Amino acid sequence: MIPVLGQVFTAPSIDWWALAPQLILLGAALLILVVSALLAERCPAWFSGVVALVAGAGVFVSGFYLWYDIRDSGPRSIVSGALSLDGFAVLFTLLVAVAVVMTVLVADAYLEREHMDSPEFHALLLLAATGAIVMASASDLIVLFLGLESLSIGLYVMAAMQFRREEAQEAAMKYFILGAFSSAFFLYGIAMVYGSTGSTGLAHARDYLNRLDTAIVDQPWMLMLGFALLLVGLAFKVAAVPFHFWAPDVYQGSPAPVSGFMASAAKAAGFAAMLRIFFVAFGQSRTDWSPVLGVLAVVTLVVGVVMAIIQTDLKRMIAFSSIAHAGYILVGVQAGTSEGTAAALFYLFSYSLMVLGTFAVISLVQWQDGQPLDRFEGLADRRPLIGFALTVFLLGQAGVPLTSGFIAKFLVIKAAVDERTWWLAIAAMVISAAGAYIYLRVIFAIWRRPGAVDEEGGEPVAAPVVPPASGFAILGAMAFTLVVGFVPQFLIEFARDAVPVLLG
Amino acid sequence: MSDLLRSYLTIAIFSGAAIFMAGMMLGIARVLRPRHPNREKLIAYESGVDPVGGEWVQSQVRYYIFAVLFVLFDVEAVFLFPWAVRLETYGGFGLVEMIVFIGILALGLAYAWRKGVLRWS
Repeated sequence: MIPVLGQVFTAPSIDWWALAPQLILLGAALLILVVSALLAERCPAWFSGVVALVAGAGVFVSGFYLWYDIRDSGPRSIVSGALSLDGFAVLFTLLVAVAVVMTVLVADAYLEREHMDSPEFHALLLLAATGAIVMASASDLIVLFLGLESLSIGLYVMAAMQFRREEAQEAAMKYFILGAFSSAFFLYGIAMVYGSTGSTGLAHARDYLNRLDTAIVDQPWMLMLGFALLLVGLAFKVAAVPFHFWAPDVYQGSPAPVSGFMASAAKAAGFAAMLRIFFVAFGQSRTDWSPVLGVLAVVTLVVGVVMAIIQTDLKRMIAFSSIAHAGYILVGVQAGTSEGTAAALFYLFSYSLMVLGTFAVISLVQWQDGQPLDRFEGLADRRPLIGFALTVFLLGQAGVPLTSGFIAKFLVIKAAVDERTWWLAIAAMVISAAGAYIYLRVIFAIWRRPGAVDEEGGEPVAAPVVPPASGFAILGAMAFTLVVGFVPQFLIEFARDAVPVLLG
Repeated sequence: MSDLLRSYLTIAIFSGAAIFMAGMMLGIARVLRPRHPNREKLIAYESGVDPVGGEWVQSQVRYYIFAVLFVLFDVEAVFLFPWAVRLETYGGFGLVEMIVFIGILALGLAYAWRKGVLRWS
């Protein structure tokens, strides 16, 4: 130990194994960029996809390894309290790994068909996934912000990948400008929390609030303002009303596999940060933030469902439905209990698989001119298995029993009931019933016999080619949705075990 | 006044002093200096020659890439100089960390170079 400018410098001891998921993703991304650039033409086309797939699988395996490691030797803080290694972080690591693998499988044929296959797509996907994992495990607000930016910047570029399409340019521009705004809000929130608690570390902030039994801080208004600004920043990321305006345009304009990644991994990372900040660090001030989240949840549900009903473009419809699902997850988050948090985690996991599957099916049918609902007519007639899978995903999102979506909705509403927020539980149930219409409309469309004929060629529409990789991903997601619907216990246990969250 | 607000008092005093100093110097100069404007004196200064064209010109989009590369090396220098001054205190850990950091930046440069960003044509 040697004094540096009056302070003593000690190199932080770093548990490299605990950082394995982030390091694998980062290393694979750099490998893809360098090898593809150096070899240029001689680099085989499959190279970046295979590396990304292997990296995703590697993260999944290392996530399992860490899960059992935590069960044996307990959760701990790593990298001098910058990151937490706990069940919560590992659950999101696994979720992100699944999203990466699904996205790579689905994007494979899609990128080739749309003439946008480039190693940059896979490199950006892996870097964005790194950011998502950092976000979920950060126990310091600055580190969290770092993860948020890594995730967002990757997604801004991926949204613009089809840069010849006007909608893609519009989507990327909107996403970038609004995202930059929300980052500024988030950063200002960090400053306010720092000003009132004296640290950007979440554990420090929590201890500071707990010491003051009455939760009266020097500048309570400053802490409240900090909460509000952090909430605005994260509500933007998870697309909660009234910060949702980017979502429909961006989901519609982005390549379908990217939209799936946004609706699953990016949304999950936003909720992970929200849970860690509000439930864990500021649980003491629950009475201050819980009603705000409750109101946000109801508004998000109503706007999401109503707007989804009037859409005619399937991607846009799923975008609004994804906004509504953020509302259900908020119902679990606002409960502020372990049950509510476990319910939110269960919801995120099951919804992610359903929405990834839905966008995988959409990516089979999407062409340059968008994806109006009538393009999907007769899909089930021509590709029964794919049609059945899409039906399962949609029924799951509607919350029909025997799918994972039903259990997820049941758990979040139960969490709200346990906390005696009746109004919220009733609102969520009523809206859930109304929301079923969205999905039934699509299901009727795809099972209808195709009468529609393509205007130019006279060819009947909706007989998409199903590449093996996409088919495999779709069937995997369908199997997950059904298995969790029949025997939900293992995922419920998994979500419950992940809840006791550690702070560095 | 709370401690927090008091610590901002320094900033307020400094801002006040800065505004006062600048205002005073410019104000005195304005009172004392002779004022004989003519057309030659009023045109915009452009390295001593007469200005050419309007101010609304488009610049090459290629400069943007050079700006990005410049930021890359600028940030590197920001980290490198303080690190070099205190290298012996950080020891082997600091050395390895910096090699990793520069290595990743070098990969970025190699990528840009292979993609033909550095070629001006």
